Amino acid sequence: MSLQVDNLSVYYRTLRGEVKAVDGVTFSIGDGEIMGLAGESGCGKSTLGKSLIRLTGRMRHVDGKVALDDETLPLDDNRAMDKYRFKRISIVPQYAMSALTPTRKVGKIIEELLESRGVPYESVRAELERRLSLVGLSQDVLGMYPIELSGGMKQRTVMVLSTLLNPALLIADEITSALDVSTQKAVAETLVEFRDRGYVKSTIVITHDLAILYQVADSILVMYAGRLAEKAPADVIIESPRHPYTQLLISSLPEVGVTYAENRLTGIPGRPPPLLDPPKGCRFRHRCPLAFDKCVEQPPFVEVEPNHRVACWATAPPS
Amino acid sequence: METTESTETVVAGTVVAKTASAEPQRKRSETLYFALRNKKLVIGLSLVLFLLLFAIFGPMFTDKDPFEFYEAYGEPPSKEHWFGTTSPGQDVYAQFVYGLRSSFIVGAVAGCVAAAIGMAVGFAAGYRGGVVDEILTMLTNVVLVIPTIAVLIIVSAYLTVGSLLWEAVLIGVTSWPWAARAIRAQTFSLVSRDFVSLARLSGQSGWKIIVKEIAPNMSSYLFLTFILLFGGSILIAATLDFLGLGPVEVMSLGLMLNVSVSNSALQLGMWWWFVAPGVGITAIVAGLYVMNVGLDEVFNPRLRRT
Amino acid sequence: MLSLDRVSKVYKVGTFGGKQLVAVKDVSLTIEPGEVVSLIGESGSGKSTIGRMILRLSPATDGTISFDGTDISGLKGRGVKEYYRRVQGVFQDPFSSYNPIFRVDRVVSLIKDTYYPGMRKAEWSKKVSDSLEGVGLNPSDCLGKYPHQMSGGQLQRLLLARALLLDIRILVADEVISMLDASTRVDVLNLLGELKERGLGILFITHDLSLGNYISERTVILRRGRIVEMGATAKVFGNPLHPYTKMLIASVPHLHKKWEQVEREVGARGGEETVAAPDEALALHEVEADHSVALAPE
Repeated sequence: MSLQVDNLSVYYRTLRGEVKAVDGVTFSIGDGEIMGLAGESGCGKSTLGKSLIRLTGRMRHVDGKVALDDETLPLDDNRAMDKYRFKRISIVPQYAMSALTPTRKVGKIIEELLESRGVPYESVRAELERRLSLVGLSQDVLGMYPIELSGGMKQRTVMVLSTLLNPALLIADEITSALDVSTQKAVAETLVEFRDRGYVKSTIVITHDLAILYQVADSILVMYAGRLAEKAPADVIIESPRHPYTQLLISSLPEVGVTYAENRLTGIPGRPPPLLDPPKGCRFRHRCPLAFDKCVEQPPFVEVEPNHRVACWATAPPS
Repeated sequence: METTESTETVVAGTVVAKTASAEPQRKRSETLYFALRNKKLVIGLSLVLFLLLFAIFGPMFTDKDPFEFYEAYGEPPSKEHWFGTTSPGQDVYAQFVYGLRSSFIVGAVAGCVAAAIGMAVGFAAGYRGGVVDEILTMLTNVVLVIPTIAVLIIVSAYLTVGSLLWEAVLIGVTSWPWAARAIRAQTFSLVSRDFVSLARLSGQSGWKIIVKEIAPNMSSYLFLTFILLFGGSILIAATLDFLGLGPVEVMSLGLMLNVSVSNSALQLGMWWWFVAPGVGITAIVAGLYVMNVGLDEVFNPRLRRT
Repeated sequence: MLSLDRVSKVYKVGTFGGKQLVAVKDVSLTIEPGEVVSLIGESGSGKSTIGRMILRLSPATDGTISFDGTDISGLKGRGVKEYYRRVQGVFQDPFSSYNPIFRVDRVVSLIKDTYYPGMRKAEWSKKVSDSLEGVGLNPSDCLGKYPHQMSGGQLQRLLLARALLLDIRILVADEVISMLDASTRVDVLNLLGELKERGLGILFITHDLSLGNYISERTVILRRGRIVEMGATAKVFGNPLHPYTKMLIASVPHLHKKWEQVEREVGARGGEETVAAPDEALALHEVEADHSVALAPE
């Protein structure tokens, strides 16, 4: 097992109290697995991703533990986590390059970042250039300013940089959402390429876009309102989902070929519960057509088939 | 490679408050809560308010006239002359409280004039853009690079500023450029927001959009700008008066300093003569600036240290 | 009916406006009542600029935009007001569409100020309630609230209700659902479909091909300010002819098909940022009924 997350809870401190953004989450990712982490905005998927690498000032690690290659991560100790960041766990945030100094050349930014992590630039320079050309970028990008790169080029550059030290885990947080369709595909395929070449062992791809995940992910984990709803191999999630939320979500997505005139889709009525004070039991029950009295208790995340886990009293009752 | 905070706000954003009616109440009391907890604001505001009350009520406690000569020449503070007297025999307390009054009047009038011009130019340039913006920006930059004090010196030398109001207006029409630039920049960023487009699609006229949609969104900012203009004007007025270019029939703190220096109060050790106006000017301006920093923290949640 | 005739938008950039940036070039299209036209393009294609020009938020540098035969660039005062009574818009970011310091009611009260100043209060609130219910909103759920207390979907619906308070014929919907959550976006999309059935002409601006395909009768593919292909949606998606259109269609991630399969079906590679494009200045020509493409005629 590459990554093992056990009953992890991470809350946000706000003026009005604690937002239970990640609440008792348990899952694991195998070696070489690309796991998609899907859900709507505010479901906690981004918080989960971030908490594996750095807890910001407002995040509080409430419970649970995370192990990478059987080694428990010191989540609460920001300094101790430095040993893991970038070297063992890396993140590609959504707007990575926009956050970087616009007056520095890309090569200089990379050099400084590497030096700050104690990695001499020259020792990895050849590999850096090799990998840039692999993702279709010439080494000229190193001499350019961030503003001169297109969104897709920036994203690929950051991906190369983040994986330069062959981390065990790469977290890609909404890296395709701001991109055009044509660039989206190239960036998504890079994720697979990096895994195939062993640049990263396992990958978590956080996105709201299930169609992208179906293309690149081995497995998909669906989150709803801070909890896990379902995890299964990608094609199982798409073709035969068990959780009512996953089912309704997938049936609400238009894709090329589906038209309003011939095949009208419907959304899910209602909205997710407030995570400041979430209701007891299944958090989807207020929007769920299958909800019954049992649902006021929290459903366990049970395995219905090998590698397929669901948290639902109605469709996956524990035997 | 720091992660962005955007998703956090989304998490909090979708999740906040349930009751609709309590909302404005909450917002107001939240601002008040942070205002009262902010030491800088409380200290600055108390200082300014204290001086303002002093300027308003101070003259009532004395029957002395700031320009009257009394039979006490250069005496230190006493029961008869609380703040002492000048070498020709004028009462320093009376001069101080009346001087304080004129400082506030100059600050308020000049601040209003500068804020009015700055807002008109800033809003027009930021909202209209294009050629209007280019012309107004050029005008702003021209006024900005002209050394204000030098111009004021020349102008006041020729016009011999007779009244306090004249002085205030003169200061006002020369100190607006930075405010105009700041307001223009803010307006620019607000104009690109969709609610401005929607207001236009609702058939609203340009000035209505500025007054009703854009200005309310930067009300705290405008308030801060006014305070800075207020404080700045007091300083400029003091400088002018000190140089002897202000009105001479009206007592002001700058004029007091001017007379004290020309009478060698410093060399003669008559500290009471120059300390009072010096402290007065410093206290008003410092109070305003400290208050400004405090208000900035109250209005801008990112600066709040909770 | 709204029509654009060889409309262009050129920005002057550089220190003295010496350089030119062509955002939109020679775009001609029409929007008829009762149809959704989707304007599909990637970032920088000029699709939003076209929407803003139609809404008179930005003037066209060349060409004419006319509504029921009248050139809209010449409208003044009353004419503009009457134009907005017929042509309205909804934008991408629901949160930016509301002034954050006011209650959401303001977007409807501005309409009353301009268009129904004399209407009695009771009559007006009835009209507002009807309009809200027409877009699937419960008036008591949204009136009196602040924007941040509502979901993006509710806010967009309210903006549609606002437009429906007027007697509109044409709606410009600029990426209206791209910021909404997946589980609610299709409902807003369906709402556009219902409005269309009630006779509205809708320009649906989007970067998402699957949404355009879902909702629209006609499709316009825009690339770098120029139309490369346009026609009936079924024809453009079913028989894409321009290499750029093919590339776009091959790049869309499907839910039930892998990329390789789609690429085989379309006969093009997806994900190529720069398609080897034929001369950009080629004019559109009709290849079959209601299907034109900017390629040299064979």
